[in-house]
Amino acid sequence: MRTFIRSIGELCITAGLVVLLFVAYELWGTGAYTQAQQHKLGNELDRSWATGGKVTTERVELGHGIALIRIPRLGKSFHYVIIEGVSVPDLRKGPGHYPGTAMPGQIGNFVVSGHRTTYLAPFNRLGDLRDGDRILIDTRARQYVYKVTDLKVVQPSDVSVTAPVPEHPRADPTDRLITLTTCNPKYSAAQRLIVFGRLVTSVPRAKGASA
Amino acid sequence: MYAWLWRHLPGDLVTRVCVAVGGAVAVGVVLWYLVFPWVEPKLQFDHGTVGGGTSAPARPSP
Repeated sequence: MRTFIRSIGELCITAGLVVLLFVAYELWGTGAYTQAQQHKLGNELDRSWATGGKVTTERVELGHGIALIRIPRLGKSFHYVIIEGVSVPDLRKGPGHYPGTAMPGQIGNFVVSGHRTTYLAPFNRLGDLRDGDRILIDTRARQYVYKVTDLKVVQPSDVSVTAPVPEHPRADPTDRLITLTTCNPKYSAAQRLIVFGRLVTSVPRAKGASA
Repeated sequence: MYAWLWRHLPGDLVTRVCVAVGGAVAVGVVLWYLVFPWVEPKLQFDHGTVGGGTSAPARPSP
């Protein structure tokens, strides 16, 4: 009887250690996958953009890169490939663009969602952004410079933030906006942190790349 | 359970410790590279999107 009880105890402790290891995997192990995918998709974008000639209609495929995002406030190393799509497998590869919302630089709302924790946590420090911070979006031909206009915490069901005019789902868009969404608070899915921004300028990408 | 395993490990103290540590590391590696990647997508903790789940993107109204 005593051996039996002791074995149960040992099994429980073992299970606890396995769960702890799983937490470590969630936080740091998942980043390896994202890193590899970002590398692959980044090279794919580079190759696609390097092919000369004028491209009038950009091919947009779910699960593939469409643009690069950089936010100077979050450090020099902050640059990610934005994936088309926001399904679970898409967001495991990096920040994802909501299909159907505006493309970078277009009139309407360019909506990008990303992980706050796990999978390299691209949007981990989104809460550090302040009004006026620049969000740089590189596309094939141009770099679009958005400036942060507002941060907000909303309920997960609040889809109006992704509307062409955020929070006014029926309004016709006239501005070129960006919206970033991620979870809030960190390590939770109870709310969403939303960052709003507005296009201030766009420059040819080659010139912008060194900026 | 662990006491039983320990008694059945071969060799002297040093070999036993080596085998025990090696076994623990092997179990950890199998969990990290095989089991966890398989389990993880089934338990999403971190949802960044708004609206009905993560697989059905919310489309803005017209």
